[in-house]
Amino acid sequence: MISLRALKDRTAGGVMFFLTIASLLLVVAMGVGLYFKSSPVLADHSLGELLFSSSWHPMKGEFGFLPFLMGTLWVTGIAVILFLPVALLAAIYLTEYARPAVRKYVFPALDILAGLPSVIYGVWGTLLIIPWISEWLAPHFVEFSTGYTALAGGVVLGVMILPLMVSLFIELFTSVPSELRDASTSLGATRWQTVKRVVLRKSVTGILAAVVLAVSRAFGETIAVLMVCGNLPEVPRSIFNACYPLPALIANNYGEMLSFPQYEAALMFAAMILFVVILLFNLISRIILYRMEKRFA
Amino acid sequence: MKSLIKYFTFTSELRSDEQSEENILGRRQRIFRPDYKFVRGKDESEIRAEGLNIHIKERHILKDVNLALPDKKITCVIGPSGCGKSTLLKTFNRLIDSVEGIRIEGKVLLNGEDIIGSGQDITRLRRKMGLVSQKPCPLPMSIFENVAYGCRIHGLANKRKLKMVVKHYLEAVGLWEEVCDRLNTPAVRLSIGQQQRLCLARSLAVEPQFILADEATSALDPISSKTIEELFVKLKRNYSIIMVTHTLRQALRIADYVVFMYMGEIIEAGDAQQVFNDPKHELTKKYLSGAFS
Repeated sequence: MISLRALKDRTAGGVMFFLTIASLLLVVAMGVGLYFKSSPVLADHSLGELLFSSSWHPMKGEFGFLPFLMGTLWVTGIAVILFLPVALLAAIYLTEYARPAVRKYVFPALDILAGLPSVIYGVWGTLLIIPWISEWLAPHFVEFSTGYTALAGGVVLGVMILPLMVSLFIELFTSVPSELRDASTSLGATRWQTVKRVVLRKSVTGILAAVVLAVSRAFGETIAVLMVCGNLPEVPRSIFNACYPLPALIANNYGEMLSFPQYEAALMFAAMILFVVILLFNLISRIILYRMEKRFA
Repeated sequence: MKSLIKYFTFTSELRSDEQSEENILGRRQRIFRPDYKFVRGKDESEIRAEGLNIHIKERHILKDVNLALPDKKITCVIGPSGCGKSTLLKTFNRLIDSVEGIRIEGKVLLNGEDIIGSGQDITRLRRKMGLVSQKPCPLPMSIFENVAYGCRIHGLANKRKLKMVVKHYLEAVGLWEEVCDRLNTPAVRLSIGQQQRLCLARSLAVEPQFILADEATSALDPISSKTIEELFVKLKRNYSIIMVTHTLRQALRIADYVVFMYMGEIIEAGDAQQVFNDPKHELTKKYLSGAFS
């Protein structure tokens, strides 16, 4: 005879198991749904053509996603290249150098920044970054630029993921045991030497994981990027060209184009690409992380 | 080349006779840091504390500490938990600086030079003070790199010299035989006892004048702690060793000089023989008899 307490315990376990599995199945369902929705466009075009052609003429039935893929990569790449060092140095400053009073005020500020709606970042980009690029920066390099460029997208995106990266890095660096720092400094190392050779080294796998998280967020970011990057379906040739990331494509056109079944299917395909890219990206980085941890531990 | 061969033959083990010990010291200086000189003060003892008071926030941790520690001896600092032993030790290499709300008054003289003032080059000071902590704390790198770390941060980049230094100090702590075929594996894979010896080798590799050991054997098994103790006894020919210990028996075994602390004050300090056999102070007697710990 099972007691009531044990019964409750078992039921609770079962329910939680079911809920966990259900939420995982949701992800699978999403993938499957996207696949079926995009099947019309997949039936008419080969996968290679869809992914590697850069001719985007929906009315003629030409769907080449290369410009959008490249747009996403450019914007994300610029954001990470420009702001990863900033985030790292800021986190190092805050954990290793700053006085506790500074930390007390900066940490909450970071959380606020991370919580701001992305549309605000978009407006900020349009008001500040766009004119700055078109009037000040671009004339040094190209003849003419509207300012609505991949660079603008990258900067806005970078500023958006900056607080996220800094908080993650701070978390990482504070988890490095202080005994390690003491061991290093007691050998006569300066703070900077300790950071470079011990703290960063100890947290290298974590840094990679944090970057993966930030990049995944950047891949999917829509509104802010859409407002500043120009939205021209061309593969950008420089950072001063407009670009058109995948999420922006979906957000701009979905809803208007439902009357064209092929077009709708194409947008669904775009969503599926995004889905698969993020999935693969996370999977591959997990594998790399696992390998690295095994090597270092 | 000749000198290299000579070097390797002579470092084959840490010999116990005086002659080769001095040799090691001389050779050490030639491998790394030729400019190094011990600047000795007028007094015989090289660490002196004069009127040292330490407050952390509102708490008075060290109360008017006056001490003179003998040179090239093992000094054991004993006393119940929380009496300020570790704080005292951390003051000597200024690791205490990183504690929030710290206030230091008084003087700590190292070779006659006050180390508390702000004008001190802390990295230079810390290098003279090898630290062996309670829990062995290998850096996240290979065995080789752990020992080479200190030399690298002080600017030694020559591979051949680094190899010599690493071999020399791993031999000095009796670890070379055990790890010579896996120098490139991560140091954390060593056993705890080996890790502690590695940490000692790492500290020795920057040519300290003192070794500060903060309960260096309390996390180790009896055999490993015995190894470390024996190492300290060997090393006191060249280094002044100051160790904080909780184990009275350990202090009995290896101490030349004993400092007994209680509630942030130095109750009694003197030669080990005298303190253990004929303690002057009532509290010391009680502590030694096990009335409190």
